[in-house]
Amino acid sequence: MAYLRAFGSYLPSRVVDNTELATLVGADADWILRGTGIRERRFAAPEESVASLGARAARDCLESGGLKPNDVGLVLVASGSGERCFPGPATAIGASLGIGGVPAMDLPMASAGSLFGLALAADLCPRYGNVLVVGSEIMSRAIRLDAASRDTAVLFGDGAGACLVSAERGAAEITDFLLRSDGEFSEALHMDQASGLHMDGRTIILQASRKLPRVIIELLERNRCRPEDVAAFLMHQANLNLIVRVAQALGVPEEKFFQNVDRYGNTSSASLLIAAAEWRRGLEGRLSQPVVLAAFGAGLNWGAMLVGGGHRDV
Amino acid sequence: MDRQIKIIEILRRIAPKPIDPSPEESLFESGLLDSFTLVDLVAALESEFAIKIPDSDLTPRKFDSVVSIERYIQSRL
Repeated sequence: MAYLRAFGSYLPSRVVDNTELATLVGADADWILRGTGIRERRFAAPEESVASLGARAARDCLESGGLKPNDVGLVLVASGSGERCFPGPATAIGASLGIGGVPAMDLPMASAGSLFGLALAADLCPRYGNVLVVGSEIMSRAIRLDAASRDTAVLFGDGAGACLVSAERGAAEITDFLLRSDGEFSEALHMDQASGLHMDGRTIILQASRKLPRVIIELLERNRCRPEDVAAFLMHQANLNLIVRVAQALGVPEEKFFQNVDRYGNTSSASLLIAAAEWRRGLEGRLSQPVVLAAFGAGLNWGAMLVGGGHRDV
Repeated sequence: MDRQIKIIEILRRIAPKPIDPSPEESLFESGLLDSFTLVDLVAALESEFAIKIPDSDLTPRKFDSVVSIERYIQSRL
């Protein structure tokens, strides 16, 4: 068995609102809000790195769970915006926590990376003990802040989230998860060291609008759970309109979908864990109703995880 | 031709503002459709023409004009 035990997050202090960004990319602030639901995002300071953001989120996670770095047996770090091809930020985050020697692995998957990390952690925690999953991104350095790139430039922000997955105890047991990958549309969303981020937004929205509801329904059905039984949906915060579409497709009120994309924009792999950390801060004790986590991103990779309820027929 | 009329009716129903697309006009470049109305368009085409559009066909260029939509629907019937 595996449990979600603690969450944490870190957001850089610099707030970039739509008015400031609109000036940089030659867009209209209201157009940004209407098209994305984003009001502002955070940009990292020049001295910050993907690893330093991730380490801050990791410490916040451990403190919220009353744990010490030495309690961690494995570190998994999801990031698509690391400063180097290799090594990724995982080992630097481990070193920053003072747990050199503990295995640390990178998942360079972008938006769905944290969800895949949680799923891997669920399977690996019986062997490694507490698994620290971190999602950390500095997307502001991956995008071009000019008029030619405005459609993607307005979407992204920087931040980090973390979750500790334990084999012993936690707020909710990970009941089941489904992970999916399909390389047929890998060119629709990718980032190269030389040319930066490329996104065919229309293809991504089309694919996500169909694949996300489908994987959530498949997961719930095989665990004898209905969408209306779910207390909260925690999704990768890509775009408010996409979140609303998924809610409509599942036939559940939008209010069940936690959202903070208006404040942070799309922080890629970090967004799911930042959302989970903020959602969890408003609650105490064990979860009494099922919760669904879901993400979609480059690859294409997507999936869903059910915690705190349901029952899978074996 | 009847099929084009039906496609234009669907487009007018889902577009956020009144539109009058010509058959070859790019629905995206002209700003008649955005990413999310494209999602509505695909769902409406499946329903109205009783076809199933597979994920592998979910690319904007197949739905970029009335003519390209008509051509795609013909291939699925």
